[in-house]
Amino acid sequence: MHLTGIDWVIMLVYFASVLGIGFVLRRRVKTSTDFFLAGRAIPAWVCGLAFISANLGAQEVIGMAASGAKYGIATSHFYWVGAIPAMVFVGIFMMPFYYGSRARSVPEYLRLRFDEKTRALNAISFAVMTIFSSGISMYAMARLIQVLHILDAPFAKLGVSQHWIFDFSMVVSAIIVLVYILLGGLSSAIYNEVLQFFLIVAGFLPLVWLGLRNVGGWEGLKAKLPAAYTHSWAGMGSASTNPLGVDWFGLVFGLGFVLSFGYWCTDFLVVQRAMAADSMSSARRTPLIAAIPKMLFPALVILPGLIAMGLTAQAMAPKHATNGAPAVTAVDMRGSAASAASPDALIPPKLNEDGQPKVDESGRVVLDYDLAIPNMLLHYFPTGILGLGLTALLASFMSGMAGNVTAFNTVWTYDIYESYIRPGAGDAHYLKMGRIATVFGIALSLVAAYAATRFNNIMDMLQLVFAFVNAPLFATFLLGMFWKRTTGHGAFVGLISGTAAAALHHGLTLPVGGAAGIKGGWLGTVLHIYPSEMAQNFWTAIWAWTTCFLVTVLLSLVTQPREEKDLIGLVYSLTDRPRDTASRWYQRPVTLGIVVLALVALLNVIFR
Amino acid sequence: MGLDIRLPIGWLFVILGSLLTLFGIFSSHAIYERSLGININLGWGLVMMAFGAAMVLLGYRGPGGQGGQ
Repeated sequence: MHLTGIDWVIMLVYFASVLGIGFVLRRRVKTSTDFFLAGRAIPAWVCGLAFISANLGAQEVIGMAASGAKYGIATSHFYWVGAIPAMVFVGIFMMPFYYGSRARSVPEYLRLRFDEKTRALNAISFAVMTIFSSGISMYAMARLIQVLHILDAPFAKLGVSQHWIFDFSMVVSAIIVLVYILLGGLSSAIYNEVLQFFLIVAGFLPLVWLGLRNVGGWEGLKAKLPAAYTHSWAGMGSASTNPLGVDWFGLVFGLGFVLSFGYWCTDFLVVQRAMAADSMSSARRTPLIAAIPKMLFPALVILPGLIAMGLTAQAMAPKHATNGAPAVTAVDMRGSAASAASPDALIPPKLNEDGQPKVDESGRVVLDYDLAIPNMLLHYFPTGILGLGLTALLASFMSGMAGNVTAFNTVWTYDIYESYIRPGAGDAHYLKMGRIATVFGIALSLVAAYAATRFNNIMDMLQLVFAFVNAPLFATFLLGMFWKRTTGHGAFVGLISGTAAAALHHGLTLPVGGAAGIKGGWLGTVLHIYPSEMAQNFWTAIWAWTTCFLVTVLLSLVTQPREEKDLIGLVYSLTDRPRDTASRWYQRPVTLGIVVLALVALLNVIFR
Repeated sequence: MGLDIRLPIGWLFVILGSLLTLFGIFSSHAIYERSLGININLGWGLVMMAFGAAMVLLGYRGPGGQGGQ
């Protein structure tokens, strides 16, 4: 990669602003509430943008483009079936309990509603997860800097060995995130997330524009790709006729209901952004405001993947492209290694240890989809705007990291340290603890990132375990908030059996073509083969959710419920409905929610 | 309330936008071969500058802005 002075100046201006915001906000942090909940004084639109930006980490930008290239526009189901309905639900129905219940974190809500053991289970698993997620972001960022050779030239100039680029990238990103969180706490993280949001849009929008222009617009792109790539609902009737390998029921229930509601409605990383809002009405509007840009994100993160695939497909099969037929057949990207090496093939093949392109059992070249976005940047951006594009990419990694770290320091301080290690100390003490937690949270992320470099499989394994832990969570919250009979024992045992059910299901099934081990089937017998890994994941979640739901209901019926007076403000039927008194329609959460759902339904129809 | 977020966003976009615009004016046309012959630095720099200026203006004059009261 060839970067010139202007690219470096743009990157430096950005990093200076990030740190500058931390310094300006430093004076406002006086109590632990200022540090962990931004003093509950942030306007709704700022919380809303932070709400999606905290999640807009490496996994989203790189991963969604990769899925776009691999599966086509069906990837948008993660937004239009998954995230958006869940965001509307959390805003309208769940936020009154999170914001209104005096809880300072999601685990703390579980203690108020259920008991200590349920809170401890959630707090500890969440704390571990955030550390590893932030480690994954850090690792992915350092790898990308290495793969794209961003720092090669400056290192060569300074006479430092290229060997240190990876370590340097990790440590510098860790220090920047550390400094701005230490200074301004959650306000600083939120402000920077909003800044990063605008920067990510500014960096990727011209990329999409140039890419679309190059392939002849949306219609031109459609002509280059098989129909299933540009129609999100085509072939969803059966698992065998669409690129995801999932039928509509698995998609809507598994992804839409269990996984997305589980993430957007119970994950403290995102809910924390809404809890920082300045009023109940703002807190409820936070996810709804977030939903509007979120539903347009496929254009920013999935479309570049599709464009890259369109160009790659054309480059790989030039003979077929001339007679007007789609260059490739559905789900089957064939091509020789030689044509995959042409400059228009934006998605390069994965390489073996000996530098040869990897080929799977049926003789197809295995493509490295994760490079779709970085290669698009290099392909279309001249120096100058290239600096902006890279800054946007780096910003996405850092917002992912910072989001995890701020969620970690809050849960650690309030739900673990204050609850079990040192209760009853003064506020100043917990504020200090929050700062210390930020330092060791980032230090532990670094350790996690290095563990990922050393043991390739450790991250895959951990993500699997996280999936097992997360899948049943939404059943617990749904029952806890909407059925006053639910008991703490029921919730606790339900969660554990849900996780066990997920592990069991995963251990007894395999995706097609997968070997027993990390892909599943590790219990010896394989009872069912799924057409794709995604189908297996969705069904694992469905099993976990259903088990948790049933066990919680059954156990709650045979255990002693809490008295109703203790549940006021925590359960739907015992809490006054928040009234929508705002004069303007767009300030009323319910109206806003309906508008959001109508828009997303429209998007589904347009791109069906 | 302390810092209006519109101001740092606005100023960052004004600065980055003007850097890109100036670079776009003075750079040779050869580098725009990859961006389909379009001087994307100049064009996008102007867009960013306009957006930044609007944010700064809103921060000072708009609803809840610092110059509002």
